[in-house]
Parts: sequence; structure tokens; C-alpha cells
Amino acid sequence: MSVLLHEDFTFIVQGITGREAVNLTRECLDFGSAIVGGVTPGRKGREVHGVPVFDTVEQVVEHHGSAPDGAVVTVPPAFTKDAVLEAIENGIGLIVVVTERIPRADVAQMVELANERGARIIGPNCLGVIVPGVAKMGGIGGPARDAAKAYAPGPVGVMSRSGGMTTEISSTLTAAGLGVSTAVSIGGDAIIGSTYAELMPLFDADEQTEAIVIYTEPGGRMEAELVDWRERAGSELPIVAFMAGRFMDDEEMQGMSFGHAGTIVEGKEDSATEKIARLEAAGIPVVERIDEIPAAVKQKLGAAA
Amino acid sequence: MRFYEYESRRIVERAGIPVTDYGFATTAAEAGQAAERIGGPTVIKSQVLTGGRMKAGGVRFADSPEQAEADAAEILELEIGGHVPVGVLVDPKAEIEQEYYAAVLWDGRAKRPMMLFSDMGGIDIEQVAAEHPDHVGRGHLSNLHPIADFEAKQAVARCGMTGSALNRASAVLARLARLQRDYDMTLAEINPLARLADGSFVALDAHMEMEDEAVGRHKPMLHEIGVDLDEPRELYEPSEFERNVKAIDAADHRGVIQGKDHGFHGDLGLVIGAGGGSLTLTDAVRSQGGRPANYAEIGGNPSVAKSKGLAIEVLRKDGVEKIAVMMSIVSNTRVDIVARGVIKACLELGKDPAETIAIFRIPGAWEEEGYRILDRYGVEYCDRSVSMWEAAGRAVARVQGDRTGSQ
Repeated sequence: MSVLLHEDFTFIVQGITGREAVNLTRECLDFGSAIVGGVTPGRKGREVHGVPVFDTVEQVVEHHGSAPDGAVVTVPPAFTKDAVLEAIENGIGLIVVVTERIPRADVAQMVELANERGARIIGPNCLGVIVPGVAKMGGIGGPARDAAKAYAPGPVGVMSRSGGMTTEISSTLTAAGLGVSTAVSIGGDAIIGSTYAELMPLFDADEQTEAIVIYTEPGGRMEAELVDWRERAGSELPIVAFMAGRFMDDEEMQGMSFGHAGTIVEGKEDSATEKIARLEAAGIPVVERIDEIPAAVKQKLGAAA
Repeated sequence: MRFYEYESRRIVERAGIPVTDYGFATTAAEAGQAAERIGGPTVIKSQVLTGGRMKAGGVRFADSPEQAEADAAEILELEIGGHVPVGVLVDPKAEIEQEYYAAVLWDGRAKRPMMLFSDMGGIDIEQVAAEHPDHVGRGHLSNLHPIADFEAKQAVARCGMTGSALNRASAVLARLARLQRDYDMTLAEINPLARLADGSFVALDAHMEMEDEAVGRHKPMLHEIGVDLDEPRELYEPSEFERNVKAIDAADHRGVIQGKDHGFHGDLGLVIGAGGGSLTLTDAVRSQGGRPANYAEIGGNPSVAKSKGLAIEVLRKDGVEKIAVMMSIVSNTRVDIVARGVIKACLELGKDPAETIAIFRIPGAWEEEGYRILDRYGVEYCDRSVSMWEAAGRAVARVQGDRTGSQ
């Protein structure tokens, strides 16, 4: 099995006629994903790589006969909140928000409504979700051929605040003969739909997943939340972490943002040093080199077996 | 977006929160006139986007309009942390009974705004929270539902307040909460909020920060309070390198390049990307003894001209002889286009690409084409089988080889 996506998973693409969305649709179809419709207001009747385009999500639901399982949202920042609310209110359960530079208040509103309706949001500012050999939802891994090269099926779940590093880490795991169960690009903003701790219960319950790798950065309190969850849930699923942005601990970098909107050291607790100490104290090794990840995972898997 | 104190004061005032009868002046004469109008002793405060004003001598107390004018003249000339003040704020010296703290900010973990109130204002709130937790009242707000007055009252009551002070302080906090939501503030803080002898509350100092992503939708308000949107409001003055990279990026809509060199003093130029990859590579260079001359981010498939532009700017920095061109596996950005751009940069500057590019490590889309071009110029490159760490290490070794070689 896997988490979030499965063999029969259906989804739509909101903003499907945009340049990036057209590419993403092609890539996902080639990878084997089932895209059952697209939405761009005013463009009803068109097709994008054979996928029918509608004006509203309601029309796609009507055409499909029921609410599709998911939606990829790739529309300009000013319209993203509305598109996500539309997906939620039409019964869609998993929404991947690709768009970046969305104001925090808009993200917080989407997330609060999703929580009230029992929907889940991944992102914003993310590349989506991939289950190797099964489906991908979003631009993650790029064209199908490239994605297949970097992502082989295997026992390791990957969660990353950086879209590009999701693929780099997965490629390293694949090259080492380990492979990936599900990889999630969770997004680099200060507020995101699903944090490590919020996705962990899914991986924890998944039979295929035997270990987790997280890519993390300075800024925010998501690692502390992960550590708290692990203690509370009594989870023994091994986790290996990689921390980028250690240089931001330098005094001259205080208050500066690098890489992602959420990557800014505002207080001591946000710093790389503090996070590394917190994770390691909880039994989560933090490796310094990307190429040390497979060995650290194997060591954890060996210890578990 | 950060605001000057006088702008924050205007924002708070617009939201219906009482403030002192203050004046903003850009000349000493105006400051004297403001003090004259206010009457009595005044405080003259430098308007800079940096902390530590008090220590630097940017805050003075004046007994007369003449004194206020003289103080303002000196403060207007005084640079604080490299910042020249845009003016001075002239404030009446208020008769304060008690100081409070009020703020609304994002709680990222709860994904909601949080109100904070304390009856121990004027000092660092983190210290109060650590030493006197019972004097800090908190309350989370919904993102979807209207903000109700009782929510602010609960937060104020939680720090132990009662009587008419509770009611008056709650009204201020409720307005601050609505302001935070209405104007996308990442921080809306009043410290101190003062209770005067007549029992009224006034905001003595306010600190507002608006989320950059939301600035576009608040132009009318920003215009009304006199904010110039073209004026840079960085933590520090952008360097020539930073300004040039920004201009190259803005000139062409294809892809994105960013460059920073504040805090970087090394000799290895970095032409790297994307978000997480740049962080990883900067660490990898430093951890292996390398000294980056800059930080950079390439993303979203930039044109040849843009990649070239970034590489030229990096190579023009003092002391930079070599650049490392590295990214995590790319799916969107084309490897051959970046390769072409960085080689062109070397050639235009009359440099040998094989000598200048310490390493090229960008695996992914169109990599075969990219490698062919690099081969033609004898540039050292590697594919995904060489880790980002190892690639960074090779670049560092080449620069170090140069350094020992020239000694």
C-alpha cells in the first residue's frame, strides 16, 4: 500500500489551461494518474491532453458522477483561496496547492475550512505527492520518465519542505536500493495544510512504510510538533532527518529569509542548532550529508528488524 | 513589510485605537513647531527601521520647543546601525499610571492568529512570559468567523485584570485583532499600551509588520498613510550585487534568479538553486572548508541571458576567481540552458570556462545536451551519481588548490 494516493485515485486540475498546469497534466497522465476533469472558469468545452475542461468544480462532479478524490490547484495567488474553498465545498477530500506567494491569512482560512469538512490540504508552495509505480499528483519528479528514474517503489516515506529536495533525496534512496513508499512535498510556507506530525499517522498505519526521511529547514515549530506527536502516539516508526540551512544560524543572517517564505529565524527555537538538538534528543538522527541518508535508514531498519 | 513607528501610529489610529497627540517631522523646524503645538515636555524619537534607538542616542527628552528643535536637528543627522532616519516623531511626555502589552500575531502551530495581553508592559514580553506566566493572557482566533469582543475580553481577563481597566483594555485588543486580520499583519503589537491618570488607554508605541505577499491588496490604506511602495525596506541596504541581480531578474519573466551577499565574505562564487537545494549546497560548501562569496537561487527555467547574468554578477565580485554551478535534480529548469548561460558568462568576461567553473552539477531535464556543451569547453561536470555534498567538496578543493598554488 501507500498513503494519500492509490491505484484507483481520481483527481481534477483547477487552473488546467495555464502553461504549468498543461505540463503537469501531461506528466501525471503519462505516469498513470487518473485525471477526470479540469476547471478554468470560462473555458468549458475545451480539452487538455484529452481531459475535459469545465467552468466549475460542480460541473466536473456532475460529469464524473461523484466527487473525485482529489484536486490539484494551480491558479494565481489572488484566486487560490476561492479555488480551494470551491473544491472543499464540492466534497473533494485531498487538495494539493501548488501556487506560491499566497498570503498566510488565506492559507489559514482554507485549512480551517478543510478541517471543518474533513478534507486535507497539501501545500501551498509544493510539488505534490508521488507513489512510485502507481500515481503522482502534481509536478513532483517532473516528466514521467524522469520521475520513474528517481522514484522506485520501496519502504521509505519521504516528507520535505523543499520540492526539489524531495526528488534528490528519493533519488538517493532509489540509487541505494531502498526506494520510496510515498513522497510528499509538503511546502515551504510558514503555514501549510499538512505538517510532518499531521501526515505521520498515515505513514504509521501504512504497511509498506518501514521508515521515514524528512527534509527540514530553519524557521517554524514543525519539528517540535513532530517530536511531541511521536511521544504522544508512542510511534516507533524510525525517522531520519536532514537539516539544510545551518549557515542561517550565523548572527549576520538573523531575520533574513532564504529559500522559502517559512525559512526565517525569528527566535532561538527556530534555529537549525536548536532543531537538531531537539530531534536528536527524541532519537531522530539528523545527518549532515545527503549521501549519508541511505546508510542511516538502513541502520534504523536493521535495528528494527 | 516593515513600518516606521510613525506609520504604525497612523495605522493604529485609523483602527480607532487612541494614540497620543503626536507629530511627525522631517526637519528640525517642523519638530519645534510640533512641540509648540503639543505643549509641555516632549520626547523626540528617530524614525529608523532598526532597533537599539535608545542606546544609540536616537531618543531624547525635551522641555521646550527650542530644545525639541535642537534635539531633532541632532537626531536627524544621526545614523543608527547604518540607517539614516526618515524623520522624527514628536510625542508628548505622558503621565502614565500603568503600562500594558497587547499584540496579535500568528501561531504557526495552531495555524491561527493569537492575541497576547499582559498587565506588565514596556518590557520584553518573552521575559514576562517566562517569569510571570500568570500575567500573560492568550486567546486564539478563528480564521473564518467574525472576531467577537468577548474573545478579547477573555484574553485580557486571563492575565488577572478586572474593573474598568478590563473593559477599556479589551476594546483596544479587539480593535487590534481586527486590524491584524483586515490588513494581513504578521505582527500587530502595542508596547507599551498606557493607562493615563484619567483612566483612559493610549498606544504609546506600536509595531506593525505586514505580510509581503499581501501588500498588493492594501494599497489604498498604504497610500492613505503616506507609504512609498517603491522605497526599499530591507533589514540592511542592498549591495550592488543584490541590486544588479534583482534588475536582471526583473528584465525577463522567464524563470527566477535571486542573489544575496549580505554576510558572505568568501572567494567561491555560487551559481546554485533551487530553494532547498541552495540551502543544502551552501551548507555543504561551508562544512567542507569552503568560503561562499554569495548565496543564489535559480528556479523555474530561466533563459540563457538570465543564467548568464547571474554568473557574470557573481564573477564580478571582489576575490571571486571560480564559480560552482550546482543544483538538486531539476525537472523544470533545463540543464543545457543553464550550461549555455554560465559558459557565455565566462567567455564574455574573457575567462576560460574550464578554469572558471570549478564544478557543474545539475542533473535532470535535458542533461545530455548540457553535458555535450560542457564537454566542448572542457568544463568539469558530474551527474546525479555524485552527491551534492561531494560536488561541493570538489569545488572547494579546486579553489583551495588555487590558493595554495599561488602562494
